[in-house]
Amino acid sequence: MFVFTKKAKILSAALTIVGFVMMVIGFNTSGHATEGAENHGTEVHAVEGHGGHEAAAHAVENHGAPTHAEEAHAEEAHAEQGAAEHGGHEDHGAANRPWAAFLVNTIFFLGIGIGTLFFLAIQYAAQAGWSAGILRVMEAVALFVGIPLLGMVFLAVTGNMDMHHIWLWMQDGIMDPASPHYDALIAGKEGYLNDIFFTGRTLAYLVIWAGAAFLFRRNSLKEDMLPEGQTKFFTQRKLAATFIVLYAVTSSTSAWDWIMSIDTHWFSTLFGWYTFAGMFVTALTVLNVLVMYLRVNDYLPWVNENHQHDLGKFMFAFSVFWTYLWFSQYMLIWYSNIPEEVPYYMARFGEFKPLFITMLALNFIMPVLVLMSRDSKRIMGFILLAAIFVLAGHWLDHYIMIMPGSVGYHYGFGWVELGGFLFYAGIFLYVVQRNLAAAPLRMKNHALIHESKLFHQ
Amino acid sequence: MAHTEHTPVVRALYLDDDVVLGAVKSLRDKGIKVKEVYSPFPIHGLDKVMGLKETRIAMAAFMYGLFGLTVAILITSYMMNMDWPQNIGGKPSMTWGMNMPAFVPIMFELTVFFAAHLMVWTFMVINKLYPGAAPQNPDPRTTDHHFMIEVAAGEGVVDALKETGAIEIVEA
Repeated sequence: MFVFTKKAKILSAALTIVGFVMMVIGFNTSGHATEGAENHGTEVHAVEGHGGHEAAAHAVENHGAPTHAEEAHAEEAHAEQGAAEHGGHEDHGAANRPWAAFLVNTIFFLGIGIGTLFFLAIQYAAQAGWSAGILRVMEAVALFVGIPLLGMVFLAVTGNMDMHHIWLWMQDGIMDPASPHYDALIAGKEGYLNDIFFTGRTLAYLVIWAGAAFLFRRNSLKEDMLPEGQTKFFTQRKLAATFIVLYAVTSSTSAWDWIMSIDTHWFSTLFGWYTFAGMFVTALTVLNVLVMYLRVNDYLPWVNENHQHDLGKFMFAFSVFWTYLWFSQYMLIWYSNIPEEVPYYMARFGEFKPLFITMLALNFIMPVLVLMSRDSKRIMGFILLAAIFVLAGHWLDHYIMIMPGSVGYHYGFGWVELGGFLFYAGIFLYVVQRNLAAAPLRMKNHALIHESKLFHQ
Repeated sequence: MAHTEHTPVVRALYLDDDVVLGAVKSLRDKGIKVKEVYSPFPIHGLDKVMGLKETRIAMAAFMYGLFGLTVAILITSYMMNMDWPQNIGGKPSMTWGMNMPAFVPIMFELTVFFAAHLMVWTFMVINKLYPGAAPQNPDPRTTDHHFMIEVAAGEGVVDALKETGAIEIVEA
């Protein structure tokens, strides 16, 4: 049995509180925050701002302008105190920043939860034997998925209440032909992108994902109560198959809703898979580190270095898979070079270029080099090193997906970014340890638990 | 692999791979040198039990991959930028750096191609499996349903082999 020590409880509670306080400070200081604004005015920004104001060019050039162009265009009337147009939307981007930072952290931790839940589901659907000994660890992490989902509901509702404008299409009058903010392209998407349907979808993801995690756990705990030799394996497998089908759809639509709709004009058919790949590799990395921690502390005597090696292979493989999807999306847009799609990468190769290149190195080159050899997947230090690269890289990946469209050149790293991370990290540590301590780490009646124990290479 | 005609050996045939695994282990515990094992399919964990040196083919594959990557870079820059400059994706920059995204699939493919093919050829040559090589297998039954352990001849070897469950023993 895992023991959730008092010290660990205090640590996770402290992280949550410190993170929360930092976020409160960040929210209260935003709006006036001009840090970064002076330093980041680059060519890209100038070019886009231009496109937004030229009436003739608007129809073509503004199709996909992800950042300031549209905001400047749509938000002119919002500009307070008769400031210059740029001044007006600068304040707006800065006001979005704490919300967008919270969204980045929410998506990052959501990825850990939903990625693990999906991994748990495919273990049952594929009738995998090797992993049976670590299913309880997966359950503990998968159950966490509800918390960032509640964070998403909070962001969706506050967005609908116009407390922030992370999602461009939520701005007032943008779908109203009489309004000066009217944008015909965005208005054409009203059937899908409207407040009620958006919040409804977010609630549906909450019900489906958190519900699946809850049912997996309930069946698994019930299984422990059964007489020896009886299992709930087939119930779990049916549940897993159902969840995978639902997740196949919701993984894509949720990525469109929460991330892709920030850059409302822009669209990419690969976006759902790309987001999923990043979330999945994050989850596998966390699982690998967690299993390693539990093994080192002798909680999982039936798990050996071969299991760890397989988790390392997953980390390696899905880092490459993420790169493959990232590049597939990028290369087609780069090659075809059409104004509808290109602005998405214009911002990322302009303002955000150093972060963007760092992110690619962290997510592809580092894990590939560190985890390529067989031995490194079995040595703790190498796994930890790769885990730091992958986690930092995917946090940054979400950051670069979200920030250019919602905050623009007001991006930065400060109270809100770190605070949101600590806030969720504290809750994550608390929830996972509580779940680990709530049930024996070894499933008594799982059909394949013996196979998992004998697993070797 | 290191099959020599001169030193006398004893060969024992088995019907089951698990028995072979146990046999190799018990023979080595008794200090008998297991020279070779023939099997119709790879036996999981056999290399560890036999105490074989770890393969260096992974390092070779990595080098071949780097070589393939270099070839791809040279080939694309020569063909697409130097010998007959191409307008790639509406970006006629004619420099390799600016056109690089278009070449990534080629770089990937040639890296994999060189790593995979050269690795297979290396493996074949090291194991004397090149075309025209004399067959090393002393008994064709080990390509179908039998397993064979080959040990250096010596005192008590035959008895030790019998103990491990051999169905047939040949001294050669």
